[in-house]
Amino acid sequence: MMRVGVLAVQGAFAEHIAVLERLGVGAFEIRKLSDLDGSIDGLILPGGESTVMKKLLSDLELFLPLKKLIDEGLPVLGTCAGMILLAREIDGGEAPCFGTMDITVRRNAYGRQLGSFACTERFDGKEIPMRFIRAPYVTRVGGSAEILSEHDGKIVAARQGRQLAAAFHPELDDDTTVFYMFLKNVSDYIDSKE
Amino acid sequence: MSENNEQYRLNKELAQMLKGGVIMDVTTPEQARIAQEAGACAVMALERIPADIRAAGGVSRMSDPAMIRSIQEAVSIPVMAKCRIGHFAEAQILEAIEIDYIDESEVLSPADDVYHVDKTKFRVPFVCGAKDLGEALRRIAEGASMIRTKGEPGTGDIVQAVRHMRKMNTQIRHIVSLREDELYEEAKQLGVPYDLVKQVHESGRLPVVNFAAGGVATPADAALMMQLGAEGVFVGSGIFKSGDPKKRAAAIVKAVTNYNDSKLLAELSSGLGEAMVGINEQEIALLMAERGK
Repeated sequence: MMRVGVLAVQGAFAEHIAVLERLGVGAFEIRKLSDLDGSIDGLILPGGESTVMKKLLSDLELFLPLKKLIDEGLPVLGTCAGMILLAREIDGGEAPCFGTMDITVRRNAYGRQLGSFACTERFDGKEIPMRFIRAPYVTRVGGSAEILSEHDGKIVAARQGRQLAAAFHPELDDDTTVFYMFLKNVSDYIDSKE
Repeated sequence: MSENNEQYRLNKELAQMLKGGVIMDVTTPEQARIAQEAGACAVMALERIPADIRAAGGVSRMSDPAMIRSIQEAVSIPVMAKCRIGHFAEAQILEAIEIDYIDESEVLSPADDVYHVDKTKFRVPFVCGAKDLGEALRRIAEGASMIRTKGEPGTGDIVQAVRHMRKMNTQIRHIVSLREDELYEEAKQLGVPYDLVKQVHESGRLPVVNFAAGGVATPADAALMMQLGAEGVFVGSGIFKSGDPKKRAAAIVKAVTNYNDSKLLAELSSGLGEAMVGINEQEIALLMAERGK
């Protein structure tokens, strides 16, 4: 059975785990180093506050082992704050977290909570619902990173290798398109290990 | 979905993003930066922390919008601010400066002893305090998109927050156990709309995120509230009234993430310096939790 780890140091991790369980995928929480003792086939970085997650990743000594796993090709899905954790650059010069995706992001790009919104937009050739909550967007895509979706001329989803990043929250909608793309990467990764 | 309902759903979802986090009271941009660096998931901007409000006495009001703005500029995390219970004009002002969350709070002097703010008239989200399920569901019916226990602010005494969290959860379990045809009477007893009681019956939880607040002073307090079912904690006076705010703030953040890990909690609780002095519930003249039911 697939084993997908969900970073559970802060934020909306329970929502991601609920989706994975609905899809029949084995999910587990990552709160501390010993949670990484078992096998892991994929990683989800959920929504929440990226500054909090970044600090806890380093304080709880999760940063280096997770970065190593991503560098070695572990499939990862980052939503909202999770996308900020993956980005190589953050507008305004703030230091990146994992920095494993060749994208630049702008945090709180739509302003404060009054700027939060929902819409439908094309993603991988399909119209899907998207919910943006104090969301970031992507201002630059470089190297082998590619754009997956744009809304109002702003990049809101991208991928690079097995890394997938969305500025919105697929875990808050019933549509599973984004999760299926991530899980396809997970099954490819499992095949490549065998 | 109407525009109003859509905004309400987005507001409840912002609270979901705060889960597993610590919201800290701050009075200056400098404190706000310290809180953010220590791992706060949001800050509450106010002129005086509850312990000082309690000490100063007198009428306590919404903070100066200029002061709140300076905190909004200092941090990237959400900024909350308090308005008085029932003071919809203060709430309108906070909405005008695009606050991320309004706390209609018993910590300030109530402006209305009968009515709370009709929160359905606002686009910005509201968090409200509650001592029991009836209060929580009434605030939700009025449009609150997040609930917190009232606890007893500014005391450093956890007993009331514990009482309020246990009470709410006991009442939720009771509603789950009822037959469907008994829910009407339950709604009447609680003084809340039937459809909210039905939602609790079906889901076994509040329809919105529920944090602990009022009296959290140590990592152990935070872990206690999380184990009792809180989805995150507010820390008011507990941090900036203590000996080493930076260290204590970071320790409480970690305690909320790993609230079940007693070994880590032992480490986090060590060498934190002085906790806020605190006052026992029998020693206080003013019970803020009795404001606004």
